[in-house]
Amino acid sequence: MTLQLIRLEIRVTDAAPLFPPICLSVAPGQSATIMGRSGIGKSTLLDAIAGHLASAFCLTGQVRLNGRDILHLPPEARRIGLMFQDSMLFPHLSVGDNLAFGLARTVRGRGARRAAVEAALGQAGLEGMYDRDPASLSGGQKSRAALMRTLLAEPAALLLDEPFSKLDAALRQEMRSFTFRHIKARDIPALMVTHDPQDMEAAEGPGLVLEPATP
Amino acid sequence: MRKPFQAALALAFLATGALADDWQTTLDAARGQTVYFNAWGGDARTNAFIAWASEQTRARHGVTIRQVKLTDTAEAVTRVLSEKAAGQDRNGSVDLIWINGPNFLSMKNQGLLFGPFVTDLPNARYLDLSPGSANTVDFTTPVAGMESPWRLARFVFTYDSARMDAPPASMAGFVEWAAAHPGRMTHPDPSNFMGATFLKQALLELTPDPALLQQPATDDSFATASAPLWVWYDALRPNLWRGGKVLPENESIQQQLLNDGEIDIAMSFDPASAAAAIAQGLLPDTARVFVPQGGTIGNVSFVAIPFNAAHREGAMVVANFLLDPETQAHMQNIEVLGSYSVLDPARLDRATRKAFERLPSSPALPTRTQLGPTLLEPHASWMTRLTQAWAERYTRE
Amino acid sequence: MIKRTDKALRAGVLLVLSLGVIGPLGAGLAQTAAASFGYMPALGAHEFGLAAYRSLFDLPGVWTSVRLSLITGGTATLLSLMLAVGFCAMAHDRMSDHAAARWLTPFLAAPHAAMAIGLAFVLAPSGWIARLLSPVLGLDRPPDLTLVNDPMGIALILGLMVKEVPFLLLVMLAALTQIPVRAHMAAGRALGYGRGLVWIKIIAPQVWPLIRLPVMVVLAYALSTVEMGLILGPSTPPVFAVFVVRLLNAPDLNMILPGSAGAVVQAILVAGAFAMLWLGERLSRWAGLWWLRAGGRGSSTEPLLRLGSGAVMALFVLGALAMTALAIWSVAWRWPWPAVLPETWSMRAWVGSAAGWRPALANTLILAFVTAALSLMLAIAWLEGEDRGRMARARWAEALIYLPLLVPQIAFLYGLNVLYLRIGISGGMLATIWAQTLFVFPYVMIALSDPWRALDPRLDRVAASLGAKPWRRLFTVKLPLLLTPILAAIAIGVAVSVAQYLPTLFMGAGRVATLTTEAVTLAAGSDRRITGVHAALQAGLPFAVYALAFVLPAVLYRNRAAMKGGIR
Repeated sequence: MTLQLIRLEIRVTDAAPLFPPICLSVAPGQSATIMGRSGIGKSTLLDAIAGHLASAFCLTGQVRLNGRDILHLPPEARRIGLMFQDSMLFPHLSVGDNLAFGLARTVRGRGARRAAVEAALGQAGLEGMYDRDPASLSGGQKSRAALMRTLLAEPAALLLDEPFSKLDAALRQEMRSFTFRHIKARDIPALMVTHDPQDMEAAEGPGLVLEPATP
Repeated sequence: MRKPFQAALALAFLATGALADDWQTTLDAARGQTVYFNAWGGDARTNAFIAWASEQTRARHGVTIRQVKLTDTAEAVTRVLSEKAAGQDRNGSVDLIWINGPNFLSMKNQGLLFGPFVTDLPNARYLDLSPGSANTVDFTTPVAGMESPWRLARFVFTYDSARMDAPPASMAGFVEWAAAHPGRMTHPDPSNFMGATFLKQALLELTPDPALLQQPATDDSFATASAPLWVWYDALRPNLWRGGKVLPENESIQQQLLNDGEIDIAMSFDPASAAAAIAQGLLPDTARVFVPQGGTIGNVSFVAIPFNAAHREGAMVVANFLLDPETQAHMQNIEVLGSYSVLDPARLDRATRKAFERLPSSPALPTRTQLGPTLLEPHASWMTRLTQAWAERYTRE
Repeated sequence: MIKRTDKALRAGVLLVLSLGVIGPLGAGLAQTAAASFGYMPALGAHEFGLAAYRSLFDLPGVWTSVRLSLITGGTATLLSLMLAVGFCAMAHDRMSDHAAARWLTPFLAAPHAAMAIGLAFVLAPSGWIARLLSPVLGLDRPPDLTLVNDPMGIALILGLMVKEVPFLLLVMLAALTQIPVRAHMAAGRALGYGRGLVWIKIIAPQVWPLIRLPVMVVLAYALSTVEMGLILGPSTPPVFAVFVVRLLNAPDLNMILPGSAGAVVQAILVAGAFAMLWLGERLSRWAGLWWLRAGGRGSSTEPLLRLGSGAVMALFVLGALAMTALAIWSVAWRWPWPAVLPETWSMRAWVGSAAGWRPALANTLILAFVTAALSLMLAIAWLEGEDRGRMARARWAEALIYLPLLVPQIAFLYGLNVLYLRIGISGGMLATIWAQTLFVFPYVMIALSDPWRALDPRLDRVAASLGAKPWRRLFTVKLPLLLTPILAAIAIGVAVSVAQYLPTLFMGAGRVATLTTEAVTLAAGSDRRITGVHAALQAGLPFAVYALAFVLPAVLYRNRAAMKGGIR
């Protein structure tokens, strides 16, 4: 499974492109990093790959996952997991149900699904927290629960949007290693946008710095 | 002594088999119908009476009455008109309307009514339908069988005898009384029926030649006839409640002002209204009714059937039921409605007459003698002109 | 990448709206306009011309009437807006949205007519305040003062403000959740600007686009209210809307033609007022920029703000008194001047009128829930369609939705009824539901669209990235998250449906009796006890739904701290 961006360009209808065409290939288990000053369109780029680009934008080029162009697919069919700086756990569901929401349909039967969620909770150090209110978790717990939820959906690739920027320094270190370890273990490509050069170092993958397009 | 002869003739006519058969056909067609009776809904007792009537007609003829409560009769008139505008000449939503005066004139002129049907009603035999009688003209417009009478209305004043001992004896006397008690009386806005009636009542008393009012008004006749009225009103107005610059919307609100102690005199088109309002707790127990010496305007309330009524037969059955002597006696009962019967006592048998005489009374209910003579409504054009002229004179520009 | 089906949802809603809302409205307006130009075959009028307009403007007092409408409607809207802004500036950081909504709810639930009747009783020279003062002032009879129905329309302005300030406060508080008020306030104050000035110079210009439409709704209502105008407004001449209704209800059917001309003029008045609003907006933007660049800091707004908040509190007290008075009246028997409380008490008003209000209550319930549910479905379809098409909110489309609230009812209801008669549905439940939905839907949209758009779009994206298809995302993520605003929107929908008078009357051919039609016809403003019963029921129904909107999420989400935002 490889994630490839081929001559990807984004523009607002008639305006100039936000940045020069991007060509990038991310191998399985690898975490690529995109950096750039704020406002350049990093998040828009992730929106485009995940399939959430606002209709005002125009997209050219290709995004290939495992050799297949996914741009024509609706977001839920692209099998691309998303992580944000906030955990984005659904506040109306318990921690366990959040994970169950993510858990792939391939796991069948109540007992089996419950067990899969409990196991994932265990991996994230959240044993016995199935019925907890997400709002009652600490920042690190939330982030780990969110990553578990994403992974339970068995994504073919992962997009990370400034995933660690809201955590304090100690926690950030821990979450980085937790996240990249899981990406490697799953052997899926990941693409991260960030401000923080340390994120890039920790990702140990290819890097790209976005500059504004020169007309 | 033409009346008994005519009555005999009418009876003989009604007794013919053909008519009886026709009525049976109507009754058969009416069975199972629901009659939408569009009636002013501002009086809880009238509403209760209509609900009672529905129980009766359902039991007797299988006809249900559903009251459509109106704030203004014109609502129903407009509804029939919009149905005509939409080309709906059958299955109209209005089956029966409580109507009289200008609204009747409008509907009749616009061809919005079904009829004549009154003489087809078996109970019409109890009515005095001789030419010129109160049941055959409505605001001087010939009824021509297009609407059927159901209750008598008389214009009366209401006052609180605890606060006021000598009510004015004539319309002219109001000027003096108001001068002595500034801000203690008012009248409903003349755009409202009751407000217009107050002006008409004064016009009848003050105008040099009352007979003129029975003809359509012309520019000249109106100018001459109404001149004394404006002199009177100009003298009265400064001493009205709020200087005559604010007027209550209708007689119910005026009655509420009387109850609140803001004014001392209210008006009604129903001699029993004071007694009824006391019973309902809407006026103090000391409320009484008075009329000026020369008598007051009276008219008959009618029911009419629109040209496109969906349940015409049912509506006729209801109109007939309303004229039933038992119904009329029930209606005249002060504990029910207290409206005077429209039937001619001379045409009732002895037992029925007795039933009328045995009805309970109330200190706030005037006797027929106290009410004095009934004055005829002027031609409808007078009311329109009076309202317009009043508006021109007293509306702030 | 955006599939055609994604856009289809909103296109479908737009189609339903144009057929169900714009079409009937346009047809209604056309009928009225035709009658105003002399074409009404049912009356035998076939000749086009301006005769109806001429006779309208020949009527005595018509210009005074127009002037009165413009002054009372304009003043009431402007003052309401200023007070609401002032109150928000004072209270926003001290009062949670939750608490505010709880405070405002009773005022929103109370129907305009009931509020007006209650206010008239509180303010009148024989009313509650005067009764309290009468022993002190030694009054044995009510003073002959024109406190209600005053020629200047002050009582009407007051009555409108009692109803409109809470409404504006609610939409403003909802709008404020979309703006980082606290941060802007801190930044502004750090630069040496007073609280009031930060509001006027920084926050108000951001809030304005979000509340412009609701303000227009308030303005249109204030200019064309019939029931409040009748009960609290001046007479001879009354405000223009009452003037027109009197013409349309005149015994002389030919007055329908000048009446229709009046209805068109009424619509023009409202349009003119919108133009003034637009002009005012332009001017203040221009003047505001100049003022902003001048950089004046003046801290002198504080006393003004206090005065404004005081006035808002006074309005709340008045409204509360009015509703309390009606509630007491409903259990009173005799309550004459100068008694402060009833002399005799009785449940007869409740029991005696039960035959009237019980079927009316049933009709009201059916209408309220069907129209609210229908409107909610449309609103959700609209907003979800927007999300799926990934479109920004389209202002022109929103204006379409609000059209029924912006065009005066009397300008199109008569014509609309003729249309319904032609398709043969007038006079029944279906026509009434349809007509009411025209007015319920915009309010449901007002209530739901801001919370909906304020929902973090990343939640939906995360759900999609987890493989959830659009419908599953809607039903398992968005709708549960929006439960509170959805219930609040239903409550508002129910309140609006319950209060509808003219549409119910016209389209139901008077046969669909509701609490409101009963209240208006039976009491005709006179028997305060019956009015009290009906007002209590009228206000009680939406109030119960509002209460549910608070309680249900609190119970369902009792273990979810982040869901305890309450009504936003």
